[in-house]
Amino acid sequence: MSELLDTWGITVMVFLPLVGALIMMLVPAADEEMHKVIALATTLATGVWGAIMLWPSNFDYDNTAQLQFVTDKRWIDIVNARYTVGIDGISLPLIALTLLVVPLVIIYSWNHIPSPGNAKAFLMLTLVLHTGMLGSFVAQDLVLFFVFFEVVLLPMYFMIGVWGGEQRMYAAIKFFLFTLFGSALMLVSFLALYWATGAETFNMVGLAERVDSENVKLATQVWIFGGMFLGFGIKVPMFPFHTWLPDAHTQAPTQGSVILAAVLLKLGTYGFVRIAIPILPKAAIEWAPVIGALAVIGIIYGALGCLAQTDMKRLIAFSSVAHMGYVMLGIATLTTFGINAAIFGMVAHGLITGMLFFIAGSIKERFHTLEIKRLGGLILQMPKMGWILGFTTMASLGLPGLAGFWGEFPAILAAYQPAAGLSTGLFRFYMVVAAIGTVLAAAYLLWLLQRTAFGTPSEEFADDPEIHDMVITEWIAWVPMLILIVLFGFMPGLIFDVTDGAVQAGLSAIGAG
Amino acid sequence: MLLNQFLFLAAILFCIGVYGVLTRKNGVLVLMSIEVILNAVNINLVAFGAYNDDVSGQVFALFLIAVAAAEVGVGLAIILLMYRNRQSISVADADALHG
Amino acid sequence: MFSAEVATDISWILENAWIIPAIPAASFLLILFFGKKTPGGGHWIGITSVLAIFALSLWSAVAWIGYVDDSHGAEAEAEHAAVVEEFAVGDTLTLAAAEEPVEGEEHAVEATPGPILSERDWFSIAPFDTFKIGTLVDGQSVMLLFVVTFISSLVHIFSVDYVAGDRRYTHYFAFLSLFTSAMLFMVLSSNTLQLIVGWELVGVCSFALIGHWWEEKPNSDAALKAFLTNRVGDIGLLVGMTILFFAAGGTFDITTINTMAGAGEIGQGTLLVASLCLLGAVMSKSGQFILHTWLPDAMAGPTPVSALIHAATMVVAGIYLVGRLYSVFWVGLAIPGSNINALALIGGVTCVFGGMLAFVQNDIKKVLAYSTVSQLGYMALALGVGAWTAGMFHLFTHAFFKACLFLGAGSLSHACHHSFDMKAEMGGLRKIMPKTFITFVIGSLALAGIPPMAGFWSKDEILAGAGVWPGTGGNGTYYIPFIFGMITAALTAAYMSRVIWLVFFGQYRGHSQPHENGPLITVPLMILAFMATVVGFLNMPPAFATAIGLPESWGERFGHYVEPAGIASFPGDLGHANPSLSLAIVASLLAAGAGGVVWLYYQALYRKDSMATEVTGGLKDKHKVLAAGHTMLVNKYYLDDLYTETIAMGTKGPIAKAAYWFNQNVLDGVIDTVGKGTVGLGRFVYRYIDQGAIDGSVRGMGVGADDSGQMLRKVQSGKIRQYAMLMFGGAVVLVAVFIVAV
Repeated sequence: MSELLDTWGITVMVFLPLVGALIMMLVPAADEEMHKVIALATTLATGVWGAIMLWPSNFDYDNTAQLQFVTDKRWIDIVNARYTVGIDGISLPLIALTLLVVPLVIIYSWNHIPSPGNAKAFLMLTLVLHTGMLGSFVAQDLVLFFVFFEVVLLPMYFMIGVWGGEQRMYAAIKFFLFTLFGSALMLVSFLALYWATGAETFNMVGLAERVDSENVKLATQVWIFGGMFLGFGIKVPMFPFHTWLPDAHTQAPTQGSVILAAVLLKLGTYGFVRIAIPILPKAAIEWAPVIGALAVIGIIYGALGCLAQTDMKRLIAFSSVAHMGYVMLGIATLTTFGINAAIFGMVAHGLITGMLFFIAGSIKERFHTLEIKRLGGLILQMPKMGWILGFTTMASLGLPGLAGFWGEFPAILAAYQPAAGLSTGLFRFYMVVAAIGTVLAAAYLLWLLQRTAFGTPSEEFADDPEIHDMVITEWIAWVPMLILIVLFGFMPGLIFDVTDGAVQAGLSAIGAG
Repeated sequence: MLLNQFLFLAAILFCIGVYGVLTRKNGVLVLMSIEVILNAVNINLVAFGAYNDDVSGQVFALFLIAVAAAEVGVGLAIILLMYRNRQSISVADADALHG
Repeated sequence: MFSAEVATDISWILENAWIIPAIPAASFLLILFFGKKTPGGGHWIGITSVLAIFALSLWSAVAWIGYVDDSHGAEAEAEHAAVVEEFAVGDTLTLAAAEEPVEGEEHAVEATPGPILSERDWFSIAPFDTFKIGTLVDGQSVMLLFVVTFISSLVHIFSVDYVAGDRRYTHYFAFLSLFTSAMLFMVLSSNTLQLIVGWELVGVCSFALIGHWWEEKPNSDAALKAFLTNRVGDIGLLVGMTILFFAAGGTFDITTINTMAGAGEIGQGTLLVASLCLLGAVMSKSGQFILHTWLPDAMAGPTPVSALIHAATMVVAGIYLVGRLYSVFWVGLAIPGSNINALALIGGVTCVFGGMLAFVQNDIKKVLAYSTVSQLGYMALALGVGAWTAGMFHLFTHAFFKACLFLGAGSLSHACHHSFDMKAEMGGLRKIMPKTFITFVIGSLALAGIPPMAGFWSKDEILAGAGVWPGTGGNGTYYIPFIFGMITAALTAAYMSRVIWLVFFGQYRGHSQPHENGPLITVPLMILAFMATVVGFLNMPPAFATAIGLPESWGERFGHYVEPAGIASFPGDLGHANPSLSLAIVASLLAAGAGGVVWLYYQALYRKDSMATEVTGGLKDKHKVLAAGHTMLVNKYYLDDLYTETIAMGTKGPIAKAAYWFNQNVLDGVIDTVGKGTVGLGRFVYRYIDQGAIDGSVRGMGVGADDSGQMLRKVQSGKIRQYAMLMFGGAVVLVAVFIVAV
């Protein structure tokens, strides 16, 4: 068994959803139930397979710095690109998050296929997305990573463009072009890195070593990092490259928003932690003040943006800018504390903001609007969903005891003493700004909660028979996320203990402290 | 060898064919004009084959005749469908692909 | 475990104190999920759990007392053990020795046993030591365990009747349980990270319970205001804790931080910055001037909640925090040997300011809320001047009498049309609600610091602790805080006599049929009134104990068991002020005098008009004459008013009104303006910068691409012959080029 896992484990996990999509292709589109069953079975099987791999008897949790289940096969000889995949402590939480969220999204889809319908195409796209996301997190070769990174793009484009809201085409194209622009620069950086290190390998670990051994000039490193910075930064999204996000989120169908928030945004931050910083540590130190500055601007700016919103979904989208600001601040400190916090923040944001988008979607389905002014008294009309909204906003504002806190406070803490070579004074300033951001976060989230959940229902909805409380698919899809939010809140070790070893290894070049 | 004459004939046929393709609105006539163009090519192939004392030119010509027959088959089918849908076989009306 | 070797037997509960917050947490979940289905809507689950943890807290208090006595006994034994070794660890013998009252030990500051730490790994991040989660049990936490569970139990019982039939009865009890759990979790924190978690969790419970009736916007506004104001303070908490974390070499451990701060291993500058940051958190959580404005608004919540959260327990979290990290503040603010510091000043200003504001309120809960602000100022003042024990003791006594007063106010409102308006709906209730009346008066006397009630003892210790009165000693000479403290002593008595008069004397002015409440409401009141009477004696001076015929060792029991004197994590040079009889007499007379003057004023008013509650226009006209001092003797009837007009009303009128105006307009105005300005700024940034400049440039690129496409699409006509023409034309051009080139 373990030998099978070692050689085929990751490959099966990554491509199983694709197999599911191929099977669905053979089933006629009219048989929607069948498609749902196949999609769910596929994602569950992937999840179970992943769970077996990540089970403590198979995955060595004492040695998370080590890549495990490594498969290394010939792929494109002409550019020395290889099919190299593996899992370590940095990718593990994100893989687990992906494995969890996609089945939940499909369960939610059971009776929430967005208009104009066509469950077959919708679910197939979801499965392709699944493969792309898992592949991005396991790839250890830059070309392979790039391919998976791009595989994710197209299904999302269609999801927004076909199943989206009124301005879906605008949002979809904006999303596509923006991200493509970033990926183009990223690819240029990858190629530059390849040539600068003697055109030997695209392997991430190998590149890191060769950057050192080939004495790549610092200026070159800085330029290459700059390209990656744009590529990943747009995906995160960092201020000022964030403007695609509110549109994409607002227009995307609920499932798309959830996946976008829960997993896709993490590809950007993951890229920093996995690729940019370990390969180019010296350039990272040069760039860190800029990243930190944009991160804290993002925190304040995102919060101010939220305060000005009148649409619930758009507000949640803007809050992502602020939350990812904390993640980026953690990364910018280049300390173990900061980057561990960043990874925790990614998972927490995935769960919490994913939840918020689920709720927003369900509210939209019942009320046909998300305009904050028109909502109100949700708890009276749908007590359970109202309280879940309250719980999730509390989690989102970083309440200790819930998952959000562990992405926020440790990032702030880490900024007090950034890595050697970074300006302590500057980062302490960032720290205070980020701490002020927590107040603004509380302000906009509670404001949202007050206007929507509290008070009494407005007249237009008071006796609307369509408005009902939670349905069973919502329960099944949401409860695991809610439980995890609490669990991670009280047992942060569940994530920190996994990531810590790998983060240390990734930062070894910086001499992390 | 009378190569020039053959080439001259082929050129004239080609020009007639092109003229037909460009000026005729009737789809069947356009197809016929294309056949003329193809036959101009056939003449060239056979002529050059004979000139170089090589049989492959004729072989190519035979293939081309077969392909042309298939092409006409598809083309006529398209025109037939066009007629059924639009009650017209004028190629000027078939501009659904305009940008 | 500092004294593990010394103390021979540690009670089970002291090492497993985690179970105390765990029980109400479980109760919260049970009520939340099953409460509606159980008889009574879940209140039985809440009451059972809170009584259980009260019992456990009592057990831990007894165990702690035994542990302290044990270790003193063991120390004595250990001295003997130098000679007779087998006695040192012989637990039966040691225990036997300790069970007898240990007399004659109070001669000097003796070493108390250190805290009992029970920790387990929480999570780890290199290069720091593994972060722990656990309980720190010492006198301070045991004291708060007792207070929280005691008040919480009574509030639970009180609530069964008080909130009966509420729209969210079950939900109410669930949140009471959650609050109790979070508060206990915070109290038992062994490290600052855990403390932050508990700190915020109590805040969110407060949010939920203030906004309990969130259908009405003012209530949810109040809840938001409370949460956001606390968040502002939390900036200081997060930053301060971060500074301490790194200053202590990468640990959150409270004992380590304190020890290092006390030993001078952390620079005074760092500690100053850290303690000022933490002070921000204290100001918001414990309602210190200028961040106190949320506390009166928080009275929008149900009254038992106000009693539990906004009077007795949660709001003292800030005071608890200072007491917990006392070495940090001690060194950081340079408390010893000084005569002013930020903490003492803020405390002093708060207690006077809050006391004055209490004068102009007509809502009885608001009076009590401002009074809480004022008393919290007292506690901060005490800690600021170095009187640690006095501050903690005041926290202890205040919890009882203020909970008594709040529940009393609840009882009144329950009887009077659910109104809290003293002027419109109350008056003359003395006869109608005798039980409430008596308990309320006892609570008021305790609050006003009239001997021998609880408040007298703790207030007196604080005033002595300022070190100004001759012969008190203390840790410095804090003149300004002392003067503020004395003023507050007078103010407190004055506004409480106003409340008592308006509520219980004169004639009933309301429109309902008031009635005395049932035992579920009055019994908790009586218990609290009893506590408000007796708890003061826990820390009476030894001299007083002997004077009333008790053994000297009965004196200062509270300080003896609560203060961690003599251990490394507590300031070693902390001095204790000597109680002063003359100071006690002067302060009590001041309070009694101030109360009496107000009393006389209202009596005079009543004699003129039995329904009057304030000076009418006619009276004020005459008052001008009076103030001119001409007809002072002409009409004796108004003579009594003169004192009140000049002394009490002078304060009540212009100064307090101005203060209130400042509070409502300037401070609240600033907060409102900041809030509105922020939203405006957000809107501006969003509209012009985000949607205009940044998004515009992005869109510009798209539009450019689109326009060029629009031009090119004209070429694509869809006409086959046109395409063919272009194709052949192109071919001709190519041929021409080919021929010309070759």
